[in-house]
Amino acid sequence: MSVEATPVQPGSVVLRLDNQAARALVRRHYLRWWETLPWLAAAAFYFAFPAYLGFGTALLITILFALSLDLALGYAGIVTLGHAAFFGAGAYTVGLLAFHGIWTEPITSLLLAAIAAAAIGLASGLVLLRTQGLTLLMLTLCTMALLQEAANMAHNYTGGFDGLPSLDIAPLFGKFEFNPLYPDTQYLYTLAILLLCFTFIRALVYSPFGQSLTGIRENLLRMHAIGAPVRRRLVVCYTISAAIAGIAGGLWAQTNAYVNLSALDLDRAATVLIILILGGYGRLYGAFIGAVAYLALEHFLARVYPTAWQLGLGLLLVIVALYTRNGILGLGEVLWRRYRRAAK
Amino acid sequence: MSEIRLETRALARQFGALVAVQAIDFKLAAGARHAVIGPNGAGKTTFINLLTGALPPSLGCVFLNGKDITHKSQAERVKLGVARTFQINRLFRGLSVLENVCISIAERVGVAPAMFYPIGRRTDVIDEAMDLLQVLKLAGDAANRVSELPYGRQRLVELAIAIGLKPQVLLLDEPAAGVASAESHIILGAIERLPQDMAVLIIEHDMDVVFRFAKRVTVMVGGALFAEGSPREIEANPQVRAVYLGQTGHG
Repeated sequence: MSVEATPVQPGSVVLRLDNQAARALVRRHYLRWWETLPWLAAAAFYFAFPAYLGFGTALLITILFALSLDLALGYAGIVTLGHAAFFGAGAYTVGLLAFHGIWTEPITSLLLAAIAAAAIGLASGLVLLRTQGLTLLMLTLCTMALLQEAANMAHNYTGGFDGLPSLDIAPLFGKFEFNPLYPDTQYLYTLAILLLCFTFIRALVYSPFGQSLTGIRENLLRMHAIGAPVRRRLVVCYTISAAIAGIAGGLWAQTNAYVNLSALDLDRAATVLIILILGGYGRLYGAFIGAVAYLALEHFLARVYPTAWQLGLGLLLVIVALYTRNGILGLGEVLWRRYRRAAK
Repeated sequence: MSEIRLETRALARQFGALVAVQAIDFKLAAGARHAVIGPNGAGKTTFINLLTGALPPSLGCVFLNGKDITHKSQAERVKLGVARTFQINRLFRGLSVLENVCISIAERVGVAPAMFYPIGRRTDVIDEAMDLLQVLKLAGDAANRVSELPYGRQRLVELAIAIGLKPQVLLLDEPAAGVASAESHIILGAIERLPQDMAVLIIEHDMDVVFRFAKRVTVMVGGALFAEGSPREIEANPQVRAVYLGQTGHG
């Protein structure tokens, strides 16, 4: 792995890079102005809706969870319906440590949550990623079900069905309490972790490694034929994705101050999948848009029509699946391209 | 004769009771332009799969530059210098032409596992990819998504990905398959411009392609080598005409 890349200033591009495509590839990782929008919106939300910070925190955690799935599903093409396994592993790591009074410092707890989830991701990935398609889908589902049942049966430690209530999380930096009534610490803390993880994921998907993941997604057999160690790449990607899902789970446990079996539920795994498909997978910001769309929809539809709000969600999903290949963001890209073409 | 790049000894592969390839002794020298022809089901593609390591042989050995590579994996053989193209396109369809080639070059130069700097920093890789596209007259399509290209140009990308690996031995599985004959000259032109010392093996049905490209021709029938010789000798061989050339109407 050679890391002695020569940094290129935008002005010093060599002759062959005159080509538009080459220039686009050289500049692909440059930060665009609109990429600051989600973060400005998140900051604005903090000041504009102090009463909704609990909802906002849940939203940020969902975004992080969806991002972790995007890395595995959207970039590497790993079809999984069991991503809550890692979310739950992270949540229970934080929960068990705090409930039994072993470790309550939030940031290091998150790190441990990431490590625990990564370990499960690595161990299961080494086995699962030999398979593809439906087999893989079923096996990821099974892994999650096994973990959930294990958490259910070990009720002496995990509280079983009742979960671990009223976790005692130490104040952040020894100073900022996680107050359940005024969750502004939780919100800012979650936002900071999300920004950190996002920066990492963004760097990863624009790296040569990220490019080879998209190669695996687009044509697995060809990647073998050009000599790529496909399975190793997939396992590495899956492990990283699991670690990030574990961080999301850990945040969930810390900010809610409880853990229960719903962390490992199929419902959670399916929801994050729906969010990613709704928003658009394999494009980073799909996770943001999908999570906002889903939670906003849930919020408002549930108010208008509490018994059958999922009907509205179902309809939206049908529309997205039928008419847009890549979710809301994909639809936006198509419209933008048409607009550009028309403007020419 | 120049040095032998690829060699097989008594190479065979069975699928259950079906003998797809049997006892093939074959040599490919540096700079070779060698065609393998034969009727459908003669085992040509299986033979390529055995050479690349996509399939393990039932019997026999494969040597590259005199070293036994029979038990090397597909990926290891690529690193040692054996690359191939596919009869049916295997491209990164959702990505641009440039990215398709970059993925292959990044893999060859060992950049691909790098996680912490963007691919855009590796202008050496992108430069080389652009050069290659220029040679194949694909530079104009560099920004286009592969799935949006006409089929003939997609076949060129198929070729470009393999050439990006800078192989010593290049195995082409019907490179002009599915391309209208009016367009096949583009592909043939590209093949003719391959580096002189590269050993090239081509499987082809189209006799015009074979006779234009190949200096040696091997005929496979029923999984075994049936005849070998210069294109003229093969064309004149009455047995070959009987089993193959006569049937296809290319003659």
